[in-house]
Amino acid sequence: MAFIEIERLERSIGAHNILKGIDVSLDKGGFLVLLGPSGCGKSTLLNAIAGLQPPTAGDIRIDGDSVVGLHPSKRDIAMVFQSYALYPNMTVGQNIGFPLEMAGIPKAQREADIATVARTLQIGHLLDRRPAQLSGGQRQRVAMARALVRKPRLFLFDEPLSNLDAKLRVEVRAEIKRLHQQTGATIIYVTHDQIEAMTLATQIVVMKEGEIQQTGTPAEIYNRPANMFVADFMGSPPMNMLPGQVAEDGAHLIPEAAPDTPLPLPAPLAPGRKVVLGIRPENIGDDPTGAVPLRLDLPVEIVEPTGSDVFLWLRLGSALLTARLPGNAQPPVGAPYPVAFDMTRAVVFDADSRQRIA
Amino acid sequence: MSAREMAIATAAGPSRLNRVVIYGLLLIFAAMYLLPLFVMLTTSFKSLDEIRGGDILALPADPTIQPWLRAWGSACIGVTCDGIKGYFWNSIKMVVPAVLISTALGALNGYVLTKWRFRGHKLVFGLMLFACFIPFQSVLIPMARVLGQLGLSNTTAGLVLVHVVYGIGFTTLFFRNYYEAFPTELIHSAQMDGAGFFTIFRRILLPSSAPIIVVCVIYQFTNIWNDFLFGVSFASGESAPMTVALNNLVASSTGVKEYNVDMAAAVIAALPTLIVYVVAGRYFMRGLMAGAVKG
Ligand SMILES: Nc1ncnc2c1ncn2[C@@H]1O[C@H](COP(=O)(O)OP(=O)(O)O)[C@@H](O)[C@H]1O
Ligand SMILES: [Mg+2]
Repeated sequence: MAFIEIERLERSIGAHNILKGIDVSLDKGGFLVLLGPSGCGKSTLLNAIAGLQPPTAGDIRIDGDSVVGLHPSKRDIAMVFQSYALYPNMTVGQNIGFPLEMAGIPKAQREADIATVARTLQIGHLLDRRPAQLSGGQRQRVAMARALVRKPRLFLFDEPLSNLDAKLRVEVRAEIKRLHQQTGATIIYVTHDQIEAMTLATQIVVMKEGEIQQTGTPAEIYNRPANMFVADFMGSPPMNMLPGQVAEDGAHLIPEAAPDTPLPLPAPLAPGRKVVLGIRPENIGDDPTGAVPLRLDLPVEIVEPTGSDVFLWLRLGSALLTARLPGNAQPPVGAPYPVAFDMTRAVVFDADSRQRIA
Repeated sequence: MSAREMAIATAAGPSRLNRVVIYGLLLIFAAMYLLPLFVMLTTSFKSLDEIRGGDILALPADPTIQPWLRAWGSACIGVTCDGIKGYFWNSIKMVVPAVLISTALGALNGYVLTKWRFRGHKLVFGLMLFACFIPFQSVLIPMARVLGQLGLSNTTAGLVLVHVVYGIGFTTLFFRNYYEAFPTELIHSAQMDGAGFFTIFRRILLPSSAPIIVVCVIYQFTNIWNDFLFGVSFASGESAPMTVALNNLVASSTGVKEYNVDMAAAVIAALPTLIVYVVAGRYFMRGLMAGAVKG
């Protein structure tokens, strides 16, 4: 039995089904990231767990007991909101102490707890300020401190980094990861940013339009996406997709974009089947060891240096493929460039169902 | 005149002329508005002899506070000659509870209508809005019946009730629009932190409500203090509010017409609303703006 168990959870408003039967389970100490595009129901799911928006059907159990119908404050859950939701009229210290005050903890104990958590998050010098006098990153820390101070059995984060600038986002992301490792807390974290999901999660749940697309570890989600939506959503630049037909021998793909260039499939399939081959940019590129059997000379259309990597846009018939080279590569634009295709890392989807079949 | 000089002259000329015209008009309008106040104030410090003999716009030659003392303590209203002081206190006793209660209820209504929505909240708010547009006159007779049945006819408590009922529509509108813009995440956060309905209201919402409270208090205070119709309909005689007493004082046809006393009484009647404006007026505009932009 897992620590958190969500079963066939549904929520509808009027005729609009926002969550269509969600099943999630998470072990104690796990870091679960709910990932999906804006409007797919992530916040709704999180609010249902928190008890802020009741589900229409299904069950949520924590440590074996159903919490459906329990008041938010009785669930022993803390939440960090996207806007941080700091109480504007209270000082930082009062903000952090508020949940303790509501729990009736005596003042002396409260102040000791506030001091401890403030030290962990390095905000001790801010305790007398008001939220309006803090920077975005400081507000974020205060919001986390207010959640941490209660030592709840479950933490919920709703897009906590989306209001920070890029540099700060990376810093706070590392901070959250450090806190998780230090405290062993159980966390459910919502984001639409696949990098955040990859870096933080022990388990990712990819959602789309109120339905789970795939549940798995970051590596599983990235390397073995369950369908074309997940494959496309994870990774930047996204996975190359080549629609086509399985050749007579069942071992090659005839790409629609370039019927003269059959590509070997990672696994045998029924001849004639309409499929989509997916291969990530990092599986197309230089091959210094010479171990990869498939090599093609493809004309370079665009070169995008990012510093750490160079992305190439290569022409294959009527399609453009993205390849990744090391940051020091200097491929000439316009000329053909020899690239190796690591087809063992490629995946194949059914063209109709869009599910992965190999 | 060179072409260049002419160009400068035509460029500067109309703009200076415009400014003279604009400020001139503004001054004229300001004078028009201030003149009655000026006449009231100067007249209230003149003796009756000076009023009869003198120029209405002249400053008092021999200023006296006698009319003010008479208006406050010994002018005759109806059959009693105790001045307006009793009625002034009637008004205070009416306006303070009425403003406090209607503002408090408006704040609670606004809180519930935005943060604790229930089935039909739109209908309830719609009906409250509708109440703002019901003309006073049309509720007089039903209201008189209700007050009679409650045993509150001709009492200050009855007037308080009437003003609270009539004011709730407006105060609810003010607070609802203000709280609509208040982040719901703060309410959710407080709920998760273990705060209940009233704790959230008192600790989270109210401390951020100063601007709208000021708007509400000024609006309600001015309306209730200046109300004549409800006062004259539901509280005559001893429990009449200031406005009704002032009317009775000025309209009494017996004896000599004491313009200076009338004017002093009128200024006294207007004083509380003026004070409220001066003390809280700064926040009034700010609150109105905040509501307008966010709501
Ligand atoms: N109160 C509501 N009434 C109607 N639709 C809502 C309401 N709240 C959310 N939705 C809809 O539910 C869907 C999911 O919303 P949300 O959970 O906030 O998405 P996410 O957090 O993934 O961006 C959206 O399409 C949104 O329009
Ligand atoms: Mg959201």
